[in-house]
Amino acid sequence: MNRTLIAIRRLITSILFFAALVFLWHVLVQRGTWSPLLLPDPSAVWAYLVGAIKDGTLLQACGVTMRRLLIGYGISIVIGIPLGLLTARFRVFADTIGVLALGLQTLPSVCWVPLTLLWFGQTEFAMLFVVIMGSLWSMVIATDNGIRNVPPIFSRAARTMGAKPIFTLVFVMLPASLPFIVSGMKQGWAFAWRSLMAAEIYVTILTGFGLGQLLDNGRSLSAMDQVIGIMIVIIVIGLLADKILFSPWERFLHHRWGTGRS
Amino acid sequence: MPLNEELQPSAPAKLAVEHVSKEFQTGRGGVKALEDISLSISEGEFVCLVGPSGCGKSTLLSIIAGLEEPDSGQILADGKRITEPGRDRMVMFQEAALFPWLDVTGNVMFGLKLKPNLTNAERHEVARFYIKLVGLERFASSNIHELSGGMKQRVALARALAPNPRVLLMDEPFAALDALTREQLYGDIQRIWEARKKTIIFVTHNVREAACLGNRVILFSPHPGRIRQEFKINLDRPRDINSVELAGYSTEITRALKGYIVAEAAE
Repeated sequence: MNRTLIAIRRLITSILFFAALVFLWHVLVQRGTWSPLLLPDPSAVWAYLVGAIKDGTLLQACGVTMRRLLIGYGISIVIGIPLGLLTARFRVFADTIGVLALGLQTLPSVCWVPLTLLWFGQTEFAMLFVVIMGSLWSMVIATDNGIRNVPPIFSRAARTMGAKPIFTLVFVMLPASLPFIVSGMKQGWAFAWRSLMAAEIYVTILTGFGLGQLLDNGRSLSAMDQVIGIMIVIIVIGLLADKILFSPWERFLHHRWGTGRS
Repeated sequence: MPLNEELQPSAPAKLAVEHVSKEFQTGRGGVKALEDISLSISEGEFVCLVGPSGCGKSTLLSIIAGLEEPDSGQILADGKRITEPGRDRMVMFQEAALFPWLDVTGNVMFGLKLKPNLTNAERHEVARFYIKLVGLERFASSNIHELSGGMKQRVALARALAPNPRVLLMDEPFAALDALTREQLYGDIQRIWEARKKTIIFVTHNVREAACLGNRVILFSPHPGRIRQEFKINLDRPRDINSVELAGYSTEITRALKGYIVAEAAE
């Protein structure tokens, strides 16, 4: 009872904050500080969003973008976690894949776009490739880091209970590094999202019109209501993903490990 | 019914430590952790290994557990040479080493998962039995971080007992606990030892604790780790850590221990 009350109060605080932000925006536009061509009124952005939802372009673009994102991100996780396990456990992998991951992690993924265009042309795969290059390495590094931070006593205890190396890896090392892996997944998600937007803005492809392309399209038409509208959609999707994909994991971690959350 | 059989205490094992030596390489050359240790422990005996830090008592325990290998010599459990860890010898560490992603029951069941011939329902039943034995039935589904230090060690004890080992190896399991909690656990461990008929090897640097728990106290001295003396503790159980007779024993052992340390310093 008390808890829901607190939750409602927190929600109201957030809503008030954003309402104030929109109001401030509206006032600035009304005062004529900037040309409405550069900064349209919130109502114009709203009108664009409603129109785009009604004619289907927005939902379609969201669908295209989310599909690319989820497939690319999924591939990154499926490849990244095992690679991280290998680099954490075997020196050969640490000295090869580990160094490569660290290096490519520092490369902003938008740098992949020119090469990708030449290699794969204007295809769906080019999009996926940029997303994977953006998020894979942080998954590898987070998993590696997680495994290395597992207290050695855990695997000793597991060995005394008859656990063999593979069993220990899957049922001790992996769950023990879950806090690291989840934060790595979160970071990987953020990188995947950024990469995809960069790729979509740079690459116009015929197989699907994503949010990034819609945004770039708005720029070429000088339709700032569209540009800002799409930016807001991108932010909202990011927030929702955080709440839907990661909050349950983080709640589980806090509950079991007793960490964080004051 | 296999479950009933499973819950019967398995027969305790006898151990023979034969001329075991172990050296560790450090930055400044080798350190002799154990030098030519021989020791025999009979079935169901409660033996305490005491000595100052660096005397190799924990190393010996690790070798018996099969977590480390001796440089020379061997250890036999019921005549069979120990080469790797096994469920017949379970270990309790100084830190409880419980897995934070599992609840209490999950932790106690962990070792049972690796035991064949048990259904999952039976594993649950076995876990419940041992959780009750250590007096934590109310906390069966608690998270590890919600437990006190003493409760964590109780869970670790239940986890070590659950696979029904024949030997229990305890490496200073109570060293990090407060005195009052420790006293309770002295009572519990003696009760469980009598009920479950385990061979127990208990490592500690606390002489009084050793005298309270062991049938026999083996005194180690460091540099290199060697066995110096043995004391038989002829007191009825359950023993009270605060009793006068026990104080007599611990005074005697402490005096001997100090003697070896002084002798070593003079060398």
